[in-house]
Formats: sequence, structure tokens, C-alpha cells
Amino acid sequence: MIQAHDSVIVRKMSRVLIPLIQLYALYVLFFGQQGPGGGFVCGVMLGTSLILGILVFGPDSQPYRLAQKAMHGDGVGLLIFAGIGGLCLIGGGQYLNYSGLTIPGIDTDVERHYLGILLTQVGVAIDIAVTAISIVFSLAFIDDDRDDP
Amino acid sequence: MTFWFEVPLLILLILTAAGAILAKDLISSIFILGTYSFFLALVWAWLGAVDVAFVEAVVGAGLATVLFLLTLFGTSPKDIRIGRFSPPLTALIGLPILAVLLLYAAEDFPEFGNPESPPNVHVSSEYLKNSLQETGSSNVVTAVLMDYRAFDTLIETSVIFTAGIACALLLRRDRK
Repeated sequence: MIQAHDSVIVRKMSRVLIPLIQLYALYVLFFGQQGPGGGFVCGVMLGTSLILGILVFGPDSQPYRLAQKAMHGDGVGLLIFAGIGGLCLIGGGQYLNYSGLTIPGIDTDVERHYLGILLTQVGVAIDIAVTAISIVFSLAFIDDDRDDP
Repeated sequence: MTFWFEVPLLILLILTAAGAILAKDLISSIFILGTYSFFLALVWAWLGAVDVAFVEAVVGAGLATVLFLLTLFGTSPKDIRIGRFSPPLTALIGLPILAVLLLYAAEDFPEFGNPESPPNVHVSSEYLKNSLQETGSSNVVTAVLMDYRAFDTLIETSVIFTAGIACALLLRRDRK
């Protein structure tokens, strides 16, 4: 159902815009503890940049194959989030209480909390991005096997 | 005061919401809904909730528009009902009464920005005081979401995961 967009302007513009969107998404993720934003926004922006690539460059392009590969990561984000909680349990604390996040080289309580927040945000971002791509794939191929055009 | 700014913003919000409902062409209705999300993001930013404004702009205007458009490509792009059915009498009488009741109840809300209001005296002052020392993040919203209320965010993430799985199960067909 999805074909490559035939306008040169749209293709060139998205070739410029997609890396910028992804770069800004990473900035929002890693700067989320100092400014607005965080894992949720980063995930949506990463997913949306890949969706833009799919819609513009069509099924025979690199964004499409990347998105198809990304769909195999469904659940990885949730696993990261829950796994950080499990690491806190292993370190002798409570579930999702980052004070128990024992990683060598990180000693103070503040650093553990900072690292815990950052890692769980990465988990949330992956989860949201994969879910957005997955929903778009489900919607876009809704009449893939229908006979009429 | 910022009064000259907020009244046109709220009027635009109501106008775009009404336009999204009344537009005959469903594609233009979707784009009007996108502009509604942008105005709503401006309102959130004006209220000081920058994180919510960010999410509203990205999700409401970006992702939701794409999802609506893709849904529309699978169905009919035109509203093919011949005439709009007139609203029933109970709705015409009941909804204004409900609106009056809600406005009456809104009188009892604490004043906007009042430091003595219940949400401001319970735990949020503790968060504001301690979040930088305890978590090292100067954005209190991130600290609350990811540290103090991490369980809520975990369940929220699993809800989104479940939504994606449900969409794939319901919509995706076998490509054989």
C-alpha cells in the first residue's frame, strides 16, 4: 500500500530532516534531567522519524528495513525498565529504588539515582518507538491482500 | 497582565475544536485537529507545564495525525452521510444544564497558583525541595516520573506495550 513519494522536494527535505529529528530526540533523552522532555518524547520522535522515512522512501528503502528490524525489539524497552528494577533488587535494595543499584565505579547515592533515571528513560524510549512503528505497520498494511485497488 | 494573550488562545482552541467536528472533508478535519493540538500545547506552556506541552506537540500534532491519516487511507476519506442528523431534545436540554452545573462546581476550585491549595501543600513541596539533592536532576518532572513514581511509569510503559501488541493482533493479517 505504501509507495515511495515521487516529489523530489519531499525526498530531499526528509533526507535532511530525519537525521536532525533523531539527533534532537537523543538530545531530549539525555538532557531530560536538566530540561523539558525525557524518554516518552524521545521515543515518539525516534518512531516518528522512522515513520517519515517509511512514508517518503517506500518499502525498498533503508528506513523501512530498519523499522522492520526494530519491530523485533518489541518488549525490549519494558524489559530494560523492569530489569533496572531487578538490578536494584540484586543490589540489596527495593524494587525500582535506585539506591540499591550497585554498579562498580558509582558510589554516591545521587549518582545511582541519576543513572537509574537515565537507564529507565532509555527503556521507555525504546518501548514507545517500537510501539509507534508497530502500530503504523499494522495500520498501513490493512488492505494488503484486498483485491480492489 | 497576560490577559490579552490567553483569551485569543482559548477562543482559537474552541474554534479549531468546532472546526474539526464540523469539517466535511475528513482529511482537513485531521489537520485541524493537529492545529488544535498545537494551540493546546501553547496553553500548557503558558500554564508552566513545559513537559506536558512538549508531549502534546509531539504526540498530538505529530504521531496522532499520522495514525489518523493512515487509518483514513484504509477507509473512506469523505464523510458520506447525506445530512447531519439534528441532535435529540434530551441532549439540547441536558448538555447546557450539565455545563451550568460544571461551571457552578468550578467556583469551588482553589485559585490558580494559590500556594495553599491542596495539591501544593501535600507532597509536591517535598519533591521541589529534595529532588536535586536526592536524584541529581534539576527537572523535577523527570525526577517524579522516573524515581519517586517509577512504579506508575513502569505500568504506563507496559500499557503502551500492550496497546502495540493489541493493535498488531487485531489489525495485522497473514500476508499469505
